[in-house]
Amino acid sequence: MSSEDILSEIRRDYIYRLIRNGERIDGRKFDEYRNIDIELGPIERAEGSARVKIGTTDVLAGVKMQIGEPFPDTPNQGVIITNAELIPLASPTFEPGPPDENAIELARIVDRGIRGSNAIDLDKLCVDPGNEVWIIFIDLHILDHNGNLVDASSLAAIAALLNAKVPNTKFGIDKDDERLAMNDVPITTTSAEIDKNYIFDPCLDEENAANVELTVITTSKGELCGMQKTGIGKIPVDTVPNIIDSSINMGKKLREMLLKVVEGNRI
Amino acid sequence: MQSKREMKIEEKPERLIVDGVRLDGRKKDEIRPIKIEAGVMNRADGSCYIEWGKNKIIAAVYGPREVHPRHLQETYRAIIRYRYNMASFAVDERRKPGPDRRSIEISKVSREAIEPVLMLEQYPRSSIDVFVEVLQADAGTRAAGITAASVALADAGIPMKNLVSAISVGKVDGEVVLDLDKKEDNFGDADMPVAMIVDSGDVTLLQMDGVLTKDEFMEALELAKKGCKYIYDIQRECLISKYKKVNSD
Repeated sequence: MSSEDILSEIRRDYIYRLIRNGERIDGRKFDEYRNIDIELGPIERAEGSARVKIGTTDVLAGVKMQIGEPFPDTPNQGVIITNAELIPLASPTFEPGPPDENAIELARIVDRGIRGSNAIDLDKLCVDPGNEVWIIFIDLHILDHNGNLVDASSLAAIAALLNAKVPNTKFGIDKDDERLAMNDVPITTTSAEIDKNYIFDPCLDEENAANVELTVITTSKGELCGMQKTGIGKIPVDTVPNIIDSSINMGKKLREMLLKVVEGNRI
Repeated sequence: MQSKREMKIEEKPERLIVDGVRLDGRKKDEIRPIKIEAGVMNRADGSCYIEWGKNKIIAAVYGPREVHPRHLQETYRAIIRYRYNMASFAVDERRKPGPDRRSIEISKVSREAIEPVLMLEQYPRSSIDVFVEVLQADAGTRAAGITAASVALADAGIPMKNLVSAISVGKVDGEVVLDLDKKEDNFGDADMPVAMIVDSGDVTLLQMDGVLTKDEFMEALELAKKGCKYIYDIQRECLISKYKKVNSD
C-alpha cells in the first residue's frame, strides 16, 4: 500500500481561489494542456516506442511483439496486452511490488481506448489462422509522476504503436518488416473537477485538490470509444454533455499534434 | 487433465433486436426482472441478495470495525474496502478463483461510486468493508453489485446521505438499449455502466467500453437516468419492506 500525496490546506485553498477567478496555479487556461513533448523510437530494441512528456509528467511506452496462440473466439486476430508500471523512481508514493489498483486501472483505460476504437488492425496480425498470431505487448513505464498519467500514458501508447514495425524477419517470417497496420488514432483527454469547474490536464497538485476526474477517449471521427470516471467525487449529470463536447474538441487538437510529429518522423 | 476438446464458442446471433424486440423479449428501455432482499445473512452487519436477470449476487457489509493492518487507518475518517469477487462457476467457462485485473478495477470504481454518500467522518480510524460476491454472472454485474452494496450498507445502519443506484446501458445492433444481458454485452457495440445518486442527479460511476457517437451517448445517459430511478425505487421498497417485517415480528 503506497502512501498518498499530501496537499497542504493552504495550497488547496489557493488552487480553489484561483479556479474561482478563472485561473490556474501554472497560469494555464482551463482547457489548456501543459507543453507536450513526443519523442518517437527512443528504444531501438523495442518494435515501437515513444516517450511522452506532458509538462513534467514523463511516460515511456514500449511495444514488443511475439508470435503466440490466438484466443479461441478470435482465431484470426492478433492479441493486445497492455500493462502499466508505476515504478518507484517516478514518485515517493509509488512502491515496488505487483501492480496495485491504480496501475491496473491506468493500463485498462489505455487498453480500452485502443481496443474500443479498433486502433490496431488485428486481422492483419494473423500468421497462421487458429495457430499463430502476433501478440502485441504495450508496456507503460511511468518515469515521473506530475499529474495526468492517463493522458500521457495513452498518448505514449498510441505514439509507440504508430512508431512500431512488425518484426517479421526476426521471427523467420518470409516478409520484410512492415509498419504496424492501424485503423484509428484514439485520443484520451482527462479533466478534473475543482469547485464545479472542469480543467483539462490537471497537474499533480490540481489532481490532489480535485474531487473527481473524467477521462473521455475519442476516435478520429469524433465518436466516443471509452470513458472512465475516477475519484470519489460525483459529477452532476447535466454537466456531462459539456465535458464530452470539450473532450471531443481537445482530442482533435491533440491528434493533429501527434500526427504531425509522426509524419515528421517518417520523412 | 487437459483435454484437446474445447468448449464450443458461442456464435453471434444474426440479429440481437428484431422489430424493436430484444432476444429475451424485452423492449429497448425495459429492465430485466429484479428480486432484491435486504438482511439475508446472519453474521454480516448488513447484507443484500439481488437477482437481476440471471445475475445472482450477494453483498455483505462489516463495520465500522477496527482496521487491520493498522497503518491503513485514517485519523479523521473511516476507510472503505470494497471487494468485488466472482465465483469460479459464475460464468460459462470456469474462471480462475481470486482477484484478476478486471475485478481489481471494478472494486476500485465501485468503491468510488458508493463513497460519496457515506458519512465516513463519523467513524475515524475504522473501516467499513463491503464484499460483493457474484455467484452467477449475466452482464451488468458491477451495476447490480453497487445496487446491492448500497442496500447492504443501509441495512448495516451505516449513516448515508442517500442510496446509490446503478444500471448499465449500451448499444446493440446499432440501437441504444437499457440493461444489457450477457448476449447483448458479448455481441453488442458498446457498454456503459452508470451509477447515480438519483435525488441529486449526481453521477458516481461512469465507464464506457466500445463506440458511441455523441448523440447516442446522450440517449444512453437519458436511459441510464430513467433506469437508475427505477432501481432506486426498488432499493427503497426493499429496505422499507424489511423493516415492516421486523415490526410485525
